Amino acid sequence: MKILVIEDEPDMLDNMVRSLEEEKYVVEVATTFETASEKIHLYQYDCILLDIGLPDGNGLTILEELKVLDATQGVIIVSARNAVDDRVAGLNLGADDYLPKPFHMAELHARVKSVLRRRKFAGNQHIELGNLKINPEERNVFIDDELITLNRKEYDILLYFISNKNRLVSKTALGEHVWGDQVDEADSFDFIYSQIKNLRKKLKEHGSQLEIQAIYGIGYKLVQA
Amino acid sequence: MKLLNHTISYLAAILFVVITGWAALLYYNLLDEIYDSLDDGLGNYKMLIIQRLEQDSTLLDRQGFGEHNYAIKPIKAPLALAQKDVYADTLMFMENEQELEPVRMLRTTFRVADDFYELRVINTMIETDDLIADLLYSILWLYLGLLASILVLNNILLKNTWRPFYRLVEQLKNFRLERQEPITYEKTAVVEFKALNQAVARLIKNSTDAYLSQKQFIENAAHELQTPLAISLNKLELLVEENNLTGEQLRLLSGAINNLERMARLNKSLLLLSKIENKQFSDEEKVNINALTKQLTEDFEEQLTYKELQITLQEEGQCEVRMNPGLANILLTNLIKNALIHNRQGGFVNITITPDQLLVANSGSNKTLHQEQMFLRFKHESANRNSTGLGLPIVKAIADLYDFKVRYSFEEQHHFTVVFNPASTEK
Repeated sequence: MKILVIEDEPDMLDNMVRSLEEEKYVVEVATTFETASEKIHLYQYDCILLDIGLPDGNGLTILEELKVLDATQGVIIVSARNAVDDRVAGLNLGADDYLPKPFHMAELHARVKSVLRRRKFAGNQHIELGNLKINPEERNVFIDDELITLNRKEYDILLYFISNKNRLVSKTALGEHVWGDQVDEADSFDFIYSQIKNLRKKLKEHGSQLEIQAIYGIGYKLVQA
Repeated sequence: MKLLNHTISYLAAILFVVITGWAALLYYNLLDEIYDSLDDGLGNYKMLIIQRLEQDSTLLDRQGFGEHNYAIKPIKAPLALAQKDVYADTLMFMENEQELEPVRMLRTTFRVADDFYELRVINTMIETDDLIADLLYSILWLYLGLLASILVLNNILLKNTWRPFYRLVEQLKNFRLERQEPITYEKTAVVEFKALNQAVARLIKNSTDAYLSQKQFIENAAHELQTPLAISLNKLELLVEENNLTGEQLRLLSGAINNLERMARLNKSLLLLSKIENKQFSDEEKVNINALTKQLTEDFEEQLTYKELQITLQEEGQCEVRMNPGLANILLTNLIKNALIHNRQGGFVNITITPDQLLVANSGSNKTLHQEQMFLRFKHESANRNSTGLGLPIVKAIADLYDFKVRYSFEEQHHFTVVFNPASTEK
C-alpha cells in the first residue's frame, strides 16, 4: 500500500510517517503544494493524506487536480481549521474523509484502513484475524464461521481495535471514535470499561484468539494470541 | 418621570408662586388706585357742597342722607376743631340690592358763621369680594392657560427637539456588543446632542474594537494551538507505543496525554464558541426536537446504564425549531450530558418536551446552583477538574444566536429549560 502524506508541518509529518510506516505502508511525503502537485501527476497512490492549509496553495486545489486525473486513490483531508465549509467543499470535491487536528494516531489508522477498504476493495473485502472474520459491508462478525451478535457500539469498538491491532488505543480515542462528541469529559470514559468487558466476554465465549489487554491509565491494546 | 414632565412640574410650581404674588400685587395696586380716585372725587364733592351751603343755608337743616349722597349735622366747636378729614369704608343699605353694600365715606367738618357742622359725603364703591373673586378666576384661567400652552409647546416643540436623544436611548437600551448592530444617529442642530452622539459613537467604537480584537484573539489562539497540540499528542502516543516502557513511565505519559487531551477539548470548545458567536453556522432547517432527543438518549444509553440512571422522556407535543441541525445536536447533547455528568449514581433524568420548550430535570447535589454563573465560561460548580466548563456556555451561545431562552432553576431537582419561542409564550 502506497500512501502520500501532504503536510507542511515537519513534526506533524514525522509523526504521521513514523506511525504509518509501522503498519508497513510505503509512505511518501510532500511538504509544499508544488511537490504535492508534481507527485500526484507522476505516481499512483492508494491513499493520500492531505493537509489543506499549505503555505503555497490551497489543498483543495490538489483535490480538483486529482479529480481531473481520475485517479482511484482515497483522500483524507487533515485540517486544523475544522470549518464546516472546508469539510463540505472537500467532500464535494471527492475527498473520502475529513480528519480535524488534533487527532489520535489510532483514529488516523482507523480512517486510513476504512478508506483503503472502501477504495481498494470496493468494500467487499472481509477482514480476517485468526479465526475471526468481519464483513464490514454487512457489519457482521464471525468466529470460526459462527455469527456472533454484537450491538452497534460493540461492533464499532471491535472494528476500531482491529484497525489498530497491536497498537495502544487510549480510552479517549476510543470514546471519541465510538461515541463522538458526547464524551468529552475524562471521567465519563469510565463507562467504556463495562462495554469492553462485555465485548471481551463475547469474544471469549466464542473462542476467539483475540484478546483486549488493558494498559493501566491509558487504554487498551488488541493482541492476537 | 420623563424629563419633559419633570421640567413642567417645576415650571408649574414656579408659575404658581409668581402668578399668585403678581395677583396680590395687582389687587393692592388696583385697590389703591380706586381708593385714590374715589377719595379725590369725595374731596371735590365736599368743596362743591360747602360752596353750595354757603349760598343756601336752608340745606343745613336737612336730616340724614335721604336721596342725596351727603348728610350734615351740627356739632360742638371743640369736637369739630379736633377732627380732621377722615376717609373710611362703611356699609350702607342699598334700596336696589336690598342689602348692605360697601361705600366710601368722607367725614369732615366745616363752619358756617359761628356754627360748626359735620359733613359726611359718600360714594358707592366697588365690592372688593367681587373684585377678588373676579381676579382669582381670571388668574386661575391665566395659570391654566399658561400651563396648557407650555404642555402643548413641550409636546410639540421640545419633543421634536429631544427626539434624537430619545431615539439614541432607545437604541442603546437594545444594544448588544456581540450583535454588532450599528447605531443610527439622528441629525440634530443642538450642540449638546451632537456632543452626546459623538461620545456614544466613540464609546461604542472602542468597545466594539476591544470586543472584536478579544474575540479574534481567542479564535486565533485556539486555532494556532491546534497543530502544536496535535504534534505533542501524537509524539507522546508514538512514545507510548514503544514496547519497552515501565509501568511508572506509562503512568507519567498517560498523565501528560490526559492533560493534552483536556487542552484539546477545551480548545475545540473555544473554537466552537467563537464559530457560534461569529454566526458561522448558517444552514437552517426544521429540526424535530422530539426525534433528536430520542436519538440522543439512545446514544447515551451506555453511559446511563453505567451510572444506573433512569431516563424518562415525556412528550407533551411535537416541537419543531428552525435552526442549524449541527447546533441543535450540540445544544441537546450538551444539556443531556450536563444532566448526566452532574448526577449521582442511581439518579434520574426527566426530559419534558412541549411544543415550544424543552425541560431537562435531573437529580444531583441537593443544593441550588448559582443561577447567573451557570452559563458563564469556566465557572466550575463541581469539583470535576476534567470538565471543560464550557458545555453550558455553548448552550447559552446557541440559545442567544437563535433568541431562545435558557433558564436554570432548582426545585428539589435541577431544571434546565430551553424556551424556543420566548416571544409567543410570554404573551
